[in-house]
Amino acid sequence: MSGHVLKLRSDLAAKIQAHGMQTYPHECCGAILGRDANGSREVMALLPLANRRDDSPRNRFEVTPDDVQLAEKTARERKIELIGWYHSHPDAPAKPSEFDREHAWPWYSYIIVSIRTGQPREMNSWRLRDDRTGYDSEAIESPVRLASI
Amino acid sequence: MAVKVMIPTPLRAYAGKNESVEIPATTVGEVLKGLTDKYADLKKHLYSDDGRLRSFVNVYVNDEDIRYAQKDQTPVRDGDTVSIVPSIAGGLKN
Repeated sequence: MSGHVLKLRSDLAAKIQAHGMQTYPHECCGAILGRDANGSREVMALLPLANRRDDSPRNRFEVTPDDVQLAEKTARERKIELIGWYHSHPDAPAKPSEFDREHAWPWYSYIIVSIRTGQPREMNSWRLRDDRTGYDSEAIESPVRLASI
Repeated sequence: MAVKVMIPTPLRAYAGKNESVEIPATTVGEVLKGLTDKYADLKKHLYSDDGRLRSFVNVYVNDEDIRYAQKDQTPVRDGDTVSIVPSIAGGLKN
């Protein structure tokens, strides 16, 4: 473990799972918008996007530069940041593939949700290491809610 | 002559935490060389081991993608803005 933590509300986690179920057996993808303060990250919103790899959507996803710029603009308008990306692995574990690593950017959080026979299973988050040799796991935590008085 | 290079968020840590930097250059190739000479840690994220710009690294001069212009030889002028824009890809192995 790297010590990285990503706070993700359960309703937003469910939204990622639902997107993966909707596109199964194809991969889904989307942008993660939120706040990053000294390495402590919280997801505030998600921006589901179309998978542009229509030649091989069962085992690939792609977000075009135009969609990246749309995600950045959406984040700016909401006064938050584009902090990462999510995608699904249909009928496979929620861990990065070699293809994921070759195409990853540093700093971003990469959430992967496993969808098996159409149903959501584990969800993990990862960050590319500075030297690009692999990923560090990023713990997903639900934010603590204050009890109502 | 200098152009403004916009650094995307994931690469700012490797470019002195700057959102943009000024690089003197007359072509996009000179911009990228000047940038990676100044910030050597950027190189591994912009270029693959064989020295080619990674496929998911997109470079624009103002609003024009250099792939549809003259690639590395695309000329730049004083006051131009060069943007490095990510595309995002991944997925399972075959």
